[in-house]
Amino acid sequence: MASVAATHAEHPVGLKRWLFTTNHKDIGTMYLVFSLLMFFVAGSFAMLIRAELFSPGMQIMKPYFFNQLITMHGLVMIFGAIMPGFVGFANWLIPMMIGAPDMALPRLNNWSFWILPFAFTLMLSSFFMPGGAPATGWTMYAPLSIQAGVGMDCVIFAIHMLGISSVLGAINIIVTILNMRAPGMTLMKMPMFVWTWLITAFLLVAVMPVLAGTVTMVLMDRHFGTHFFSAAGGGDPVLYQHLFWFFGHPEVYIMILPAFGIISQIIPTFSRKPLFGYESMVFATASIAFLSFIVWGHHMFTVGMPAPAEMFFMYSTMLIAVPTGVKVFNWVATMWRGSLSFETPMLFAIGFLVMFTIGGLSGLMLAIVPADFQYHNTYFVVAHFHYVLFAGAAMAMMGGSYYWLPKWTGHMYSETVGKWHFWLTTIFFNLTFFPMHFLGLAGMPRRIPDYALQFTDLNRVSSIGAFGLGLSQLLWVYVVYQTVKGGKKATDRVWEGAEGLEWTLSSPPPYHSFATAPTVK
Amino acid sequence: MSATHDHYYLPNPSPWPLTASIGLFSMAFGTALTINDLGAGPWILLAGAVIVAFMMMRWFGEVVSESESAAYNAQVDMSFRMGMAWFIFSEVMFFAAFFGALFFERHFSIHWIAADHIQWPGFHAVWPTSGPKGVAFKPMTPWGIAAINTLVLLTSGATVTWAHWGLLKNNRTQLIIGLVLTIMLGCTFLALQAHEYYMAYTHLGLTLKAGVYGATFFMLTGFHGLHVTIGTIMLIVMLIRSIKGHFKPDHHFAFEAVSWYWHFVDVVWLGLFIFVYWL
Repeated sequence: MASVAATHAEHPVGLKRWLFTTNHKDIGTMYLVFSLLMFFVAGSFAMLIRAELFSPGMQIMKPYFFNQLITMHGLVMIFGAIMPGFVGFANWLIPMMIGAPDMALPRLNNWSFWILPFAFTLMLSSFFMPGGAPATGWTMYAPLSIQAGVGMDCVIFAIHMLGISSVLGAINIIVTILNMRAPGMTLMKMPMFVWTWLITAFLLVAVMPVLAGTVTMVLMDRHFGTHFFSAAGGGDPVLYQHLFWFFGHPEVYIMILPAFGIISQIIPTFSRKPLFGYESMVFATASIAFLSFIVWGHHMFTVGMPAPAEMFFMYSTMLIAVPTGVKVFNWVATMWRGSLSFETPMLFAIGFLVMFTIGGLSGLMLAIVPADFQYHNTYFVVAHFHYVLFAGAAMAMMGGSYYWLPKWTGHMYSETVGKWHFWLTTIFFNLTFFPMHFLGLAGMPRRIPDYALQFTDLNRVSSIGAFGLGLSQLLWVYVVYQTVKGGKKATDRVWEGAEGLEWTLSSPPPYHSFATAPTVK
Repeated sequence: MSATHDHYYLPNPSPWPLTASIGLFSMAFGTALTINDLGAGPWILLAGAVIVAFMMMRWFGEVVSESESAAYNAQVDMSFRMGMAWFIFSEVMFFAAFFGALFFERHFSIHWIAADHIQWPGFHAVWPTSGPKGVAFKPMTPWGIAAINTLVLLTSGATVTWAHWGLLKNNRTQLIIGLVLTIMLGCTFLALQAHEYYMAYTHLGLTLKAGVYGATFFMLTGFHGLHVTIGTIMLIVMLIRSIKGHFKPDHHFAFEAVSWYWHFVDVVWLGLFIFVYWL
């Protein structure tokens, strides 16, 4: 107790509080604010992309700049918005959910965050380098990335920095969960959100170093004369794709498993029933993580792989539908005969359930090798991954923000604005991305700034949807700002059906969550 | 259990993580400029390296004094142990990327290139190779410097364990002699590897540019050598701390972390010896 009290007394104020903090809540807040900022930066790139695609022919930019925007939209959304957003939730919630005073390694926690603003300064500075930002797409395939300009080197080093941040952040989360649980909080009593993050953190430690190694090979091929990805020296550009997707597919689950965790907290609360099939949820999450390591080839069916490899990656990919189906049915079964109420977090959770399932099913279509030959590199793929990453990951975070904001700030948000935010987001999201399925099936290629005339109508619909989707997110900023500033006082439990240790703390919770560990029965 | 929870050490706000980020950024940005011959690249890189070195001395220094003032309980000790173990796992995955590249190019890429008679006529998939357009070179032999280095590293693994036994028995002389021997063996390894690189560049025509063999050889052995260097520096810090009288038989996490790291570097070398030099 003594050391906790001492720390409390030496808690600095003003700018120093945020720069030097070792507190999981301060760091969580910084992660969330940074993620929101990057969400708007990368979102503004998407607005420019949709403005260009509003009409056929070249409208407002050169094709090369369009490709730079495509690249940076992907990189910043993935590494800047989604991943730090979930780490923000992890920082705020995991110590409160397992009954710990803070994260296990608080100084490292601060470093994991403070790498990010510097890494993104470096990454975004590539726009101002000779040759501009990389125009390779976020996948940075060789040999395109080998030939790219100076901006590519900025992105490579930014990825190294982000890798350090992610690996250290993930280690911190694993150690916190394994070593800091309150007495009686056995592994199989942990909230689903903690379980999903434990498995996500394992994936991060396993694959981020592989990405670091891969971009290092790109750097060596670019500047030091190696031939990792050049056939003239016995190398192979396809090797780049194998290495990248060995990282890239687990990365997909790094971005969706914590979303599963958030949804698994929200649905039981507003169904007023415990999560249906808790054990099967844990094992399904672990199965998805295991399978994520043996499916990477499905991103490269058309590049030329031996037929047995294509078969293997097709069947292993389709297997993922089994544990994912377990999860979806468990969520539905949790709601079955529950006393449902539809506050904003629950709306987002149900929206997630419906739209993530659409994305999951289009993923199943893409897994089929002969069908994928048709869909590959079309807007069908763009539609698919926005259904899982926007309607999946991003909308889970929106739901999570409404769910826990009253706990974090001590104030209730405006239910009216929240519901407007949900409905506008859902309608405009579908307006933006549902037509892309048809565009893709009709053969419109992705990452091209121009298109054939027959695609005009659906692209117009999509662009109008995108502008609406972008504008609706300002409501989110507004409601978060209002809730932080003030509002109706939230109770400790906040939600009638809320279960778990975080709801036993005051709203807002004390600076150090559990100075004395609670006992879990 | 709850008693230990009460005394979990929560460090005060610290300026070192932010300093580390500034240093890291300067190094990254400086390197990006340097390799493209732009502006003040080398100076920014150098400034970053100085900041990082200074930060490490201060941050580790704080942790050492906290540890020596018995601020850490068993639970904090366990956090450090788990953290180090998972960090080493991340390092294993980093090397896995380069081993993966080696296996893929050796067992798939060069065969596919050789099968393409139209684009690459007359190329035969025989390892080692620098590819159809590669330079001529002589590969490394396993039973020269590499075999001696294997013995050197395996012996150093034994000496660091012997030093640890000395620490456990509170036998300071054995601890210090063991560490000195380990550091000397680490330096011997690095000197021999430097000689090997020199020979490769001047006599064998084996350079980074020598196709996939040169690329995988130098990247795998180079990153390993970097890890031996880091490990040796960490062992030197442990030696200085041991001479100063730090560590107790039941409280010496830092020493164990360094010895885990050293054994990890040792195991990676065995993989290198078998797959890069021998087979």
